[in-house]
This record gives sequence, C-alpha cells and structure tokens, in this order.
Amino acid sequence: MVVTSKKHLNAAVYHLICMILVVIMIYPVLWMIMSSFKTQSGIFKGNLSLIPDEWHFVNYVEGWRGFGHHTFGVFFTNSFIISITATLGTMTSASLVAYGFARIKFPGSKFLFSCMLGTMMLPYQIIMIPQYLIFHRLNWINTFLPMIVPWSLGNPFFIFLVIQFVRTIPFELDESALIDGCTKFGIYYRIILPLCKPALVTVAIFSFYWRWQDFIQPVIYLSKPKLYTVSVALRLFADPTSVTNWGAMFAMASLSILPVMMVFFILQKYIVEGISTTGLKG
Amino acid sequence: MGNTKGYNLKSTIAGYLFISPWLIGFLCFMVLPVFVSLYISFTKYDLISSPVWVGFKNFQRLFLLDPRYRKSLGITFLYVVTAVPLRLVFALFIAMILCQKRRLIGFYRLIYYLPSIIGGSVAVALVWRMFFGSGGPISLVARSLGIKGNVSLIGNPKTALATIIALYVWQFGSSMLIFLAGLKNIPESFYEAAVVDGAGSLVKFFRITLPLLSPVILFNLIMQTIHGFLMFTQAWIITRGGPMDSTLVYVVYMFLRAFQFYDMGSASAMAWVLLLIVSFFTMIIFTTSRRWVYYESKQGI
Repeated sequence: MVVTSKKHLNAAVYHLICMILVVIMIYPVLWMIMSSFKTQSGIFKGNLSLIPDEWHFVNYVEGWRGFGHHTFGVFFTNSFIISITATLGTMTSASLVAYGFARIKFPGSKFLFSCMLGTMMLPYQIIMIPQYLIFHRLNWINTFLPMIVPWSLGNPFFIFLVIQFVRTIPFELDESALIDGCTKFGIYYRIILPLCKPALVTVAIFSFYWRWQDFIQPVIYLSKPKLYTVSVALRLFADPTSVTNWGAMFAMASLSILPVMMVFFILQKYIVEGISTTGLKG
Repeated sequence: MGNTKGYNLKSTIAGYLFISPWLIGFLCFMVLPVFVSLYISFTKYDLISSPVWVGFKNFQRLFLLDPRYRKSLGITFLYVVTAVPLRLVFALFIAMILCQKRRLIGFYRLIYYLPSIIGGSVAVALVWRMFFGSGGPISLVARSLGIKGNVSLIGNPKTALATIIALYVWQFGSSMLIFLAGLKNIPESFYEAAVVDGAGSLVKFFRITLPLLSPVILFNLIMQTIHGFLMFTQAWIITRGGPMDSTLVYVVYMFLRAFQFYDMGSASAMAWVLLLIVSFFTMIIFTTSRRWVYYESKQGI
C-alpha cells in the first residue's frame, strides 16, 4: 500500500502545481470579466475578491454608448466586416495559390515560391510606413481597404500551410480527373478544394482572430469614429485626456474578446493542431 | 514529367493565373513598398511637400544626434534578451509538466494556452494597465504588505518595462504547444534505455530531451526573437512608451516619428535599421545553431 499512497501523493502535488498555474494564468482575465459587473468604487474598494458584492449590469449599458455619437454596435459591425471579408478573401487566395504552386509546373515557380517563403520572415512593421504612403496616394485612408485588400490577396503563412496540406493529397486523384476531361480549374474546384477543408478551417480561425485583434493597422488608417474597429475604440477608454469610466471599459473589453473566445473554445482542436504542426504563432 | 526544360504553354498560363492573387499582392504591397521605403529613407518627407533628397542624413541623425533613438534601441535589446528566454524557459517547463499521461491534461493545456489567444488584444493590454497600475490588485497587495504611498508599477520608470515583459511571458502558450509536439516525437525507448544505464532525471533531460528538442528550440527562438523586436500594441496601450521613455521600444518610437512627427524619412530609415537588426540576430542564431542543434539525419534545414 505504500506504493499506491505515494502515487496518490504524487498526483496530488502534481495537480496542486497545475492548479496554482491555472489561477495565475486566468486571474487577470477573470478579474477583467468580474470587474465589468462591479460598481466604479467596487473595482478599487480594496478587496481582492473576484465576486462582485452585487451584480451590476449598468457598465454594459454605459459602455455600449460608445464615443462620438457612435455606439459599440457600430464598432463591432466594422470589426466583423473587416475580419470576415479579409478571412473569406485569404481562404480563397490561399487555396488557389497553394494549388498553383503545389500542382502546376511553370517557369519561375521555384523562384517565386522561395520569394514567398522569404516574405514570411518580412515583418509588417518594416513595410508599415511605405504601405501607408502608397495607400495615402490611392486615397484609401479612412476606408477598410488597407485592412482587407493585401490580406485577401494571400498571406504567405496561410498559403504555405495549405501547400503543405495539398502535398499530402495523392496525385492519382488529379490524374484520373484529367483523364475524365477535367480542366485545371475543375481539378482545383472539385478535388483539391473539398479535400483541403481541414487546412482551410485552420486558416479561417487564425485569419479571423488576427484580423479581429489587429490594432496597428486600424489605428494608422482609421481616424473617423464611425469607422473605428473595436480595438481602436477600446483604446479611447485609456485616453489620458478624458475621465475614464473603468466599469464601462471592462465591460466592452470583455465583450471584445467574446468572439475570439467562442471560436477558441468551439474549435480548439484545430488550433492546437495548427500550431503544433505548422508553428503558427498564436 | 520527363521534359524538364520545355514547359507547356497552357500550364504556364494556368500556373500564373492560379498564383496571380499572391503575385499581385507581393508586387504591389511588398516589393513596391520595400523600394519606396528605401528611397524615402534617404529623403526628408512630411507627407505634404514632396520628398527632398538628403543622402545619409537620416541615418546619421539617428545614431549621432538622437539620444531618444539610442535609448529606444537599448530598451528594445533589454526587452528581447529578457522576455524571449524567459518565455521559452517557461514554455519548455510547462510543456515538460504537461507531457505526462494524467487526468485533466487537456484542461490545463487549454487554460495555459488561453492567454496566447487573447494576449495580443487591446482588451488585455488595458487590463494589464489597470492590474499593475495604481489602485489595481497589485498595488492593493503592496499596500496590505505595508508599503506606503500609491504603488503603481506602470507609473514607475524602473518597473514599467518589467510589467510589459511579464505580459509577454504570460503568453507562452503557442511556444508551449510547439514544445509539446516536439516532446511527443521523442521515442519512449530512448528514455527506457537511459534508465537501464542508470540515468537520473537530470541526465535524461540534458542528454536526451534537450538535444532531441534542439531543432524545435531553434525554431521557437528565432520566431520569438523576431516577434520580440516588433512589439508595439502592448507598449502603446499600457504606457505609450512612458513613463520618461522607459518603455519606448523600437516600433513605438518608429510609430511616433512617422505618425506623430510626420517624419517619414527617418521613420523609414528606422524601419531599414530594424530589418538589418532582425536579420542580423536571425543569422547569428542560425550560425551558432550548428554547434548546439542536433539533427538526426544530418541534413540540416
């Protein structure tokens, strides 16, 4: 019996350590969500308890009012328009480009493929300023286009992910379709695209949540309040020049991570696989 | 597939049509900006009047006449050399803990990964600002420990950067998942053989786990180092580079030069120097990796 009790003790210590870590990891998030239900004085009353003394929903009402005559409804709509359009675009382009690189022989394909791998390492911050100058010329400032168009034309990370997936699809499928008289586009549309679904789900998840949380681009390109995304609008709560309603800030901050959390909990299997197999950063 | 030289015209057209979305984006929003940026970095340009050629003046000004720039370089290096190793060590440590067959592992993995999912958001940066600011939970703890006055780690130039480093380390989840995948690839038989030879857990860790994991460590190290140099949102929301420029990381200062001072010339010069710095560090990591990364097949990357 000594062995089993030692085993139990081991397990207990193990789970104790893990649980302490769970608390550390999740405390700031819980604190944010719980604070959104507290009164202004309750947030800083001096006790560390997470549970509000009384549940208070007025922060959500006040926060939703937004800024400059635009409610958070407008900001959420803007964020959804950008994230969803850009994601649909990048899914389409990633599958098309991946098929082109993985399955068709054409001159220059090797060179262009290495160019694409090279740009995976080129950070956005490097081309942030010249891109701004180009979009300034094109009169795209204060439109959603800078957030949607480059993203929709294909993100090298996503293209690479789909290429790796297409390479696992047996080539015989293409050949038999070709014999049956299928065109190249037909092979893409009828065979490769349906089989790529798992890779495209991963692309959709990461694309949505990178676009949703993006801050640097909206802050550069959107200066009219009616165009603000949720990230940009949230920043106004931290504006040092105005009196901040902390409760309202916590309420809207909690709402802003809700879509991402929902995607995360529903599709977490794909996320874990996506990162473990391709090294996509989270 | 026999003809390696003769390409079929129809395939060529089809190939270029299929990759055209990426090709257009690559030429218009990557190649063109890179050349524009190179040109602008040698000019004085404020968006209103047309660019004026000034030669190397922007670069000279950065390194010789701008103490703020040199300060921001120093802060960025400090940030990268502390935050990146801390995150990786933490990620590896947790991955080792989770690489066991026990109950609740899936739950732990999910919770530890959660901060990585939302950590880049403005919402979390705001929470961090409140959490470590005056009146937040940390300052309450400090007060209950008997420290007088209003403790704000965010407002103190000595500790502000540490809170941002803490935020970075807190999001160790994606590195952890990559380490976990790597750990699962190490055959159990290696450990069993080592145990037969009388190896303890430390020996097993340093002689088996670390060498076999080194390619994954290399990948994580490079990705996280690049990522670390580019940090913007957190510093911008939490401290705006302050107090007293103590968190003025590279991209924040670049952003200020471009969109606050409308000094596109020196901001572009900064972007180029950043690219050089990032490439330099990536190269250093790669070249030294030959000494410490173990490849089973001896093929290299």
